[in-house]
Amino acid sequence: MTMHTLPDLIPDAKLKLPTQAERTLSSGLTVIAIRRPAVPLVELRLRVPFGRAPLPRATLLSQALFTGTGTMSSVDIAAELQAVGGGLSAGLDPDRLLVTGNALASGLDRTLEILAAVLTDPAYPNEEVATERDRLVDHIQVALSQPAHLARTALLKRMYGNHPYAVQTPEPEQVRGVRPGQLRTLHGDRVRPEGSVLVLVGDINPEKAIDAAEKALGSWTGPGKDGDVPPTPALQPGPLVLVDRPGAVQSSLRMALPALGRTDPDYAALQLANLIFGGYFSSRWVENMREDKGYTYGPHTSIEHFLAGSALLVAAEVATEVTGPSLLETLYELGRIASLPPSEDELEQARRYALGTLRLGMSTQAGLAGLASMYASFGLRLDYLRDYSTALSKATREQVAEVAARFLAPSRAITVVLGDAAKVEAPLAALTTVEKG
Amino acid sequence: MKIPATKYPVERFTLDNGLRVVLTPDRSAPVVGVAVVYDVGIRSEPEGRTGFAHLFEHLMFQGSENLEKLAHFRHVQGAGGTFNGSTHLDYTDYFEVLPAGALERALFLEADRMRGPRLTEENLQNQIDVVKEEIRVNVMNRPYGGFPWLKLPPVLFASFANSHDGYGSFGDLDSATVDDARTFFERYYASGNATLAVAGDFDVAKATEMIHRHFGDVPSRPAPQLPDFDEPDLTAEKRDSYTDRLAPLPGVASAWRVPDPIHDFERYLPFVVLAEVLTDGDASRLVDRLAQRDRSVTSIGGYIGFMGDEFQVRNPTALLLQANLPPGGDSEKVLRTVDEEIDRLVADGLAAGELERTQARIATHLLRDTDAVLGRALPMAVLELQRGRPEMLNELPKLLGEVTEAQIVEAAATLRPQRRATVEVIPGVSS
Repeated sequence: MTMHTLPDLIPDAKLKLPTQAERTLSSGLTVIAIRRPAVPLVELRLRVPFGRAPLPRATLLSQALFTGTGTMSSVDIAAELQAVGGGLSAGLDPDRLLVTGNALASGLDRTLEILAAVLTDPAYPNEEVATERDRLVDHIQVALSQPAHLARTALLKRMYGNHPYAVQTPEPEQVRGVRPGQLRTLHGDRVRPEGSVLVLVGDINPEKAIDAAEKALGSWTGPGKDGDVPPTPALQPGPLVLVDRPGAVQSSLRMALPALGRTDPDYAALQLANLIFGGYFSSRWVENMREDKGYTYGPHTSIEHFLAGSALLVAAEVATEVTGPSLLETLYELGRIASLPPSEDELEQARRYALGTLRLGMSTQAGLAGLASMYASFGLRLDYLRDYSTALSKATREQVAEVAARFLAPSRAITVVLGDAAKVEAPLAALTTVEKG
Repeated sequence: MKIPATKYPVERFTLDNGLRVVLTPDRSAPVVGVAVVYDVGIRSEPEGRTGFAHLFEHLMFQGSENLEKLAHFRHVQGAGGTFNGSTHLDYTDYFEVLPAGALERALFLEADRMRGPRLTEENLQNQIDVVKEEIRVNVMNRPYGGFPWLKLPPVLFASFANSHDGYGSFGDLDSATVDDARTFFERYYASGNATLAVAGDFDVAKATEMIHRHFGDVPSRPAPQLPDFDEPDLTAEKRDSYTDRLAPLPGVASAWRVPDPIHDFERYLPFVVLAEVLTDGDASRLVDRLAQRDRSVTSIGGYIGFMGDEFQVRNPTALLLQANLPPGGDSEKVLRTVDEEIDRLVADGLAAGELERTQARIATHLLRDTDAVLGRALPMAVLELQRGRPEMLNELPKLLGEVTEAQIVEAAATLRPQRRATVEVIPGVSS
């Protein structure tokens, strides 16, 4: 029989960035265009600064952005976009209004014209806004019955206290009170080109795509409004917050730890520490909690970045009866990585994963568009990937151990558990102080 | 608007042991996707073993001839890649996406488990626990869990194969044995019952050589005979409802049988376009009428195949509509309006431009999926397995673009109430 042994890896070629162009228009809108002609499409991302916008209005605005213009109804907008294979939608995070879409590459000009009409001549018709308001209320109602949403809501409140990031979903009652006129006012105040970034990626000539954007969006003008969010407060460790969900067959375990922004010199080391701890399948925490104990299906950790601060988030849905033991293993693995340096093998494996998945993320139009748009909103460009790759390649065990001790120590964690309190309170209280949320 | 097409090259060959191989090189990004697909899925599970195909998928990650438990994950991720697997009604897939230099490693890993997974009592018990947590997180601990993909088949279908819960009952999962797993592997995970597809940045000659080297000595076993899961269509409308104790709002989903996706492809294709005419975007017929004008639904969607895999499913399958309703919503009224809109489509045909714009948007969706190496490797592996036609992936935008108004009308005319299976979600939480 032939012997089969694990084949060696062929080393990666140097990271190659795609052809791109960038221009800031006189309106203050920055346009970045990137060429990836693999399929005859174009991806579009527009981020508009929206920090500190009133949450119920901003959320409904994002839902109602495409309900009509001076000359087009919501159906006209959707049909016209469809005709060029296109579609646009909008969403909101605590820092930005985000418009996402794509179309056949030959439909870029038309898609930009329709986008321009929506941005410069919005109608927010009373009837359509009322419909979107009802739909949004229904969506929030459903979200309020989802454990992942409830756990996140409780965690954000515990992390951010009085900071604007503490609440990221409005109450149904608040949404019901929003009037179309308020959306028109908010749109006029905040949906402005200054500080906004438009990213186009696909089967395009970058300079020509920027010309097209300049032509279509030339009438979108007006100064931006200062929406800077104050820096996030330091996390204040304290008792575990237990939120009761009677009858739940699983508990949602959430933790927040401090983290660094992407441009910090220690960020690559922190990302590697995160990976070794719980940030990918072959991490200590996932192998322990899932593949050894069978407590959970999809535990994961990640570093979440907002403009005003970053945090490392830990999340697992665990069976109710193993909620206590799950917290025990989590505290153990955090304590271990904060107290002892990782092995060389663990570090190399995490490093290769981080470097490899960067390339995977850049391998599609949609992936490039998402990365370029996200980085741009933090003032970075795709060449950041080169610096970040270098930092990942160079990070040493000592650096990783040092940041792990600073950022992954269990004593620094905020912990929230959503679950059946009658069943999980006592097992959790055996491990830490518990406070009902 | 002219519908564009992709021209991904396709190379096919079959190894002596029966393994069918598809290579589709494209050097536009330094990554590769590797997919292995076995011709067995939820429908082939024996009675008393619901959920077994999916449980077995988990066991395929638990070590093999040259690999300890955890080794598969570590080798893929330590090469800078990602992995997963998924269990469908008619097939089970395993896949990796990696930097191009890791192609041979992925081939080694897939070949090793094709020779046989390490099936142990300890790993089985561990993965039964993990699968139960998967079911809890996706079905039991959330509102609308399993709606409608687990709730509608028992209303539309009568046979065990077509109607049973593919996630499985905890009782069946608990009674699964290592012997069951061995038998299942022997029968279904044969080299002759599988396809391998590689997409992305590689040289065809080198990849062909590697595939021969790694898979060539996988013992030859023939494919089992493909079962025919066909069953008679409904002769009268069928309804069911259940209370979801976590759901705050009502929901409703309906399904109608459609022609055989493989052996009656000509008649099947119009249904794929019809689903989009009815529900793709704010300008589609049912979204415009039900969500915007009547406000009788909060959202509505339509698609083919219970898992949304319209070109990766065999007969019998269905066109599905599913809607979320506002508080106090009336699913009876929603169904009546759907009938009305279908009648209107059948009587009046399509509006000017309606078909063309829907086809243009479908093309974008299809092309967008194929931009990712896995969006080529996976469907091509399944198209090879089920049709022997992986190159069909290049042809789909054009084929869907050639569907005519008359075909759409003819398809719509079959969506009658008496052929419809419906399941309603009654909210158990007062909002």
